[in-house]
Amino acid sequence: MTMMKAETFAEIASLRERNVIALKEAKEAGARVVGTYCLYSPAELIVAAGAIPVSLCGTSQNPVPVAEKVLPRNLCPLIKSSYGFAVTDTCPYFHLSDLLIAETTCDGKKKMYELMGEIKPLHLMQLPQVQDEAALDYWVLELKRMVRRLENAFGVKITEDALHDAIRLCNDERRSLQALQDVCRQKPAPISGQDLLTVLHNRGFSVNKRDAIALVDRLTKELQDMAVAGVSPFSAKTPRILLTGVPVGIGSDKVVRMVEESGGNIVCFESCGAYKKVEPVEEGTADPLLAIAERYLRIPCSCMSPNQGRFELVERLAREFRADGVIDLTWQGCHTYNIESYSLKKYLQERSGIPFLQIETDYSESDAGQLKVRIEAFLEILHRSLGAT
Amino acid sequence: MTRLAAGIDIGSMATKAVIFDGEVRGEAVVPTGWEPREAGLRALREALVGAGLSEGRVERVVGTGYGRVSLPIFDRKVTEITCHARGAYHLNAGTRTVIDIGGQDSKVIVLNHDGAVADFIMNDKCAAGTGRFLQVMAGVLDVTLDGLGVLAANAEPASLSSMCTVFAESEIVGLLAAGAGKEAIAAGILASIAQRIQGLAGRVSVLGEITFTGGTARNPEICEVVAAHLGVPLHIPANPQLVGALGAALIGWDA
Ligand code: SF4
Ligand code: SF4
Repeated sequence: MTMMKAETFAEIASLRERNVIALKEAKEAGARVVGTYCLYSPAELIVAAGAIPVSLCGTSQNPVPVAEKVLPRNLCPLIKSSYGFAVTDTCPYFHLSDLLIAETTCDGKKKMYELMGEIKPLHLMQLPQVQDEAALDYWVLELKRMVRRLENAFGVKITEDALHDAIRLCNDERRSLQALQDVCRQKPAPISGQDLLTVLHNRGFSVNKRDAIALVDRLTKELQDMAVAGVSPFSAKTPRILLTGVPVGIGSDKVVRMVEESGGNIVCFESCGAYKKVEPVEEGTADPLLAIAERYLRIPCSCMSPNQGRFELVERLAREFRADGVIDLTWQGCHTYNIESYSLKKYLQERSGIPFLQIETDYSESDAGQLKVRIEAFLEILHRSLGAT
Repeated sequence: MTRLAAGIDIGSMATKAVIFDGEVRGEAVVPTGWEPREAGLRALREALVGAGLSEGRVERVVGTGYGRVSLPIFDRKVTEITCHARGAYHLNAGTRTVIDIGGQDSKVIVLNHDGAVADFIMNDKCAAGTGRFLQVMAGVLDVTLDGLGVLAANAEPASLSSMCTVFAESEIVGLLAAGAGKEAIAAGILASIAQRIQGLAGRVSVLGEITFTGGTARNPEICEVVAAHLGVPLHIPANPQLVGALGAALIGWDA
């Protein structure tokens, strides 16, 4: 996007590459690195242990063929990609990780983790799949187990003070991420969904959270100024899309790209690295571990049953971001999101009646032609209701 | 208002063109082959010749279908979803659902009262439930598509468990070897297509009159089996293969 302040965005766009070196240097200076794969991994505990959390979720097709030598082909591409990077040791962030944190979310992931645990030390958290009181008690115990694992692995003590500090830091990060995404409430949005995703994806590789927060805040400020000045790559007639469903990142962004190449704009990502992430942990409570547990257990992922929270979140965000349509992206082989798509569509139809499109695909480009027809036809529906020709 | 518009629908198997000026003036169907561009131009030329018109008279050309990206003469490109809906609604304003079995995919489209697309669903990546599937299966039985319908008429369908083109093919070879009649197998193939369509239709709210479009709908036996599975009569246009091109021409004419 030509209008955006080039330097800040360029700085963020190259973050992933530059941070590899920073992370390597930090490690040589004695820092510990903990790799995570999911939004349920409590970053606060890692930070409180003095370690650096990095996101390892596989978003590239490259290592998938190698992963398929071991994993079934009809498995979710995110799982194959994540495992593929581990088994080929081609992701520098994986390579530099001392410990992996994983959760029993969907069946595919939890069985894959059994294999991944043979490659690198892996701590598996038993995640309850319901969000009630008993589950919370259990989840608190799981957080305590993770605290012990981190303490033993790194020879540190996780104090209450450290937890409070970590909560504040992670909340500040959430505030910063929310402010960034909220610039797209503006109509038209000052940034494309593709660029927004680049920022959201790349900041997951930051070595120093405070620096990353400052950088994102700077970008947000620039975007806010652009919005005030009415600068945007889009027009008031551009259909605004809310994207929900499975995690997306750079490499697994083909649907984002196609939507925007076809004349739409993704104004909100209700997905893991994006809006699902912004809810803060309660600060200053007597029991910080409980506060962390409560916040994480509330995450509305399809591996929970029931998962009413997601329906409400999508409906609310579609309204607040003035979306014209909702696209539900589901990876092939992801049973939980694929099944839930039916209920989500019904929920939205009964309430707002907002146009809805489910797209089931994988990381490869083999279905590009068919996807384009679907996406363009969906945008034609939205254009018609926007009164464009 | 445009006085003469052309719609060109470049599908994976056939390319169709319609010339419209308030009514259909010319139409043509040519095989797409390996040159979608050439096929598009040829279909347009043939339709114009049929209408007794010269190319220069066409004011707007709208392209649709898989090959829609490949022609520079298009003033506008519109997806086949919107074009089929537009064409079917024009032919029968009672249409609230369009079922289209194309060469490469099949789709169910739901229309509002004003003919606008409200929702749609397409089959996934594989060829199951498409014209391509029928073509391959007809090939295994060594008949044409029309011949497949003739064979299937009045036969009790053999049950085919696989909808995947590759597996269904070997299943049919096996059935033939086991002495099953070609008629029963042909009927089984049609039933499998109809089931697939029924499954698709079940995922959107199908209401009102259903118009069946696409080249496959020229085959009366297939229409019958699909209607029987859906449990409702189908509206079959006089030339179902041309509905997408007609819709494209109408969109050009509207502009
Ligand atoms: S979709 Fe669910 S399982 Fe996957 S990363 Fe997000 S929270 Fe974790
Ligand atoms: S996208 Fe679905 S199948 Fe894939 S890892 Fe996430 S929850 Fe599991």
